Amino acid sequence: MEGQDYMPGTASLLEEIDKKILVVLRDGRTLIGFLRSVDQFANLVLHRTIERIYVGKQYGDIPRGIFVVRGENVELLGEIDLKNEGNLPLEEVSVENILQAQRLEQQKKQDEQKKQYKKLLERGLQPHAERTADEFT
Amino acid sequence: MRNIAIPYLIDCQVNRHNLILNFKIPLFYSFFKSLVGKDVVVELKNDLSICGTLHSVDQFLNIKLTEITVTDPDKYPHMSKNCFIRGSVVRYVQLPADECDTQLLQDAARKEAAQSKQ
Repeated sequence: MEGQDYMPGTASLLEEIDKKILVVLRDGRTLIGFLRSVDQFANLVLHRTIERIYVGKQYGDIPRGIFVVRGENVELLGEIDLKNEGNLPLEEVSVENILQAQRLEQQKKQDEQKKQYKKLLERGLQPHAERTADEFT
Repeated sequence: MRNIAIPYLIDCQVNRHNLILNFKIPLFYSFFKSLVGKDVVVELKNDLSICGTLHSVDQFLNIKLTEITVTDPDKYPHMSKNCFIRGSVVRYVQLPADECDTQLLQDAARKEAAQSKQ
């Protein structure tokens, strides 16, 4: 989101245009693409986007093409360091493998959550509600 | 002398002969602007914690950090030295105690509360 006029010292996304950026969305997804357009709500247009899935020390890329992201779903945004992009301390795997690994991880998390809920209920406590509705999305 | 309150015009009514101007003092926007260049830790609502130098802030309290390091590498997506954080996803901004003049902040908050009552 930019201020109405470009003022030095304001957090502006205009400087990130045409750069390769990494976007973390509120649902936990990570997108990497070239930022082509922004607006005051931090809506983004990403070009040559890939969705990168991280599981442990592995990652997998799914090519997605052009993305229009609604600003309210953006958690954070960072510029990709093109020099160090190749030397990640992570291992790239194929899409099927990473999706499978992701499914297993989600299954584990769900099981753990269920156990926690049971324990809380046993003690008479309500399992905590996830983030309540944001006033300023 | 730190300038903590920068009023900006939010409303303007022309009432026959008089021009009524309504100023609003964006308290925390000004407060963050006075912290530009300092090291902060931003904790997001998704439990990510990012340590960095405050580069800039805007009216929506979106934050730009440079020289970021991550306090919990486990949950961290791999990224270069700067990032932009949307204001709506910030849970906490942790500041070193000596960079925050609590007296000044309290006075400014009291003033704003008094003004908004009028």
